[in-house]
Amino acid sequence: MKQFYTWAAILVIVLASTSGDVLLARAMKQVGDVGKLWRERGLLAVVGRMLGNPFFLLGVLAMTLAFYSLLFGLSWGDVSLIAPASASLTFVANAIAARLFLHEKVDHRRWLAALCVAGGVALLAA
Amino acid sequence: MTFRKYLVLACVTLCASIGDSLLAHGMKQVGNVSLHDLPTVILAVTNPSVALGIVLLLGFFASYTTALSWADLTYVLPATSLGYVLLTLIAKFYLHENVTTTRWMGVLLISAGVGFVTQGPELTHHGEKHDGPVKSETISAGARR
Repeated sequence: MKQFYTWAAILVIVLASTSGDVLLARAMKQVGDVGKLWRERGLLAVVGRMLGNPFFLLGVLAMTLAFYSLLFGLSWGDVSLIAPASASLTFVANAIAARLFLHEKVDHRRWLAALCVAGGVALLAA
Repeated sequence: MTFRKYLVLACVTLCASIGDSLLAHGMKQVGNVSLHDLPTVILAVTNPSVALGIVLLLGFFASYTTALSWADLTYVLPATSLGYVLLTLIAKFYLHENVTTTRWMGVLLISAGVGFVTQGPELTHHGEKHDGPVKSETISAGARR
């Protein structure tokens, strides 16, 4: 039963993390280079632009769900299983989602990197 | 890539891995929690390790969103995955968990993945619309300057 809860938590973490990552990435591209914006218009302008972006708020909501799923998961299983297993699947899910929804050019180098990292993280959980 | 950008990526890496470890340490002290016991979940944030872990994860969030403002998601995620290598070292030397040869192989694979992605450009440039579909290409910071 403990295994079931652990892997259910991992599934929720992956779905919520991927949604959160994609939504945040879209929001931050709309906000623009934070460092440049900070230097030109100040911190308040950066915070205002971020909080005024609906994708950012939705992304934070999804990441909050992922965070609490992680808290539950960590109370049931080892950090060296929960963190790497959810991260491994999240890398692959993110590469697919970024190509589909963000139209990022995921070339062979990035696929290789994502698969290497996902495989490596999976080995950490073995 | 500038030094400042590498520094931001390092912040993402360090804050995430150390924050996760502190949360794990704190939640082990809090004990098992369930959906039927929400007050315990909320009170868990009063545990010093959990609280410090949350502060570090806030640092992670700030640096992560900063990185996403000038780099692709598919660049930032692999580039900051060295945190899992650090997490393994923390699990071995601080949490005293068993780290097998297989896990060390995983560490090597992650390092290779980081090497691959950081050799390439960090941002997809969405070009102007032509007759065909929108053409996307990756450009490096140097090319944009």
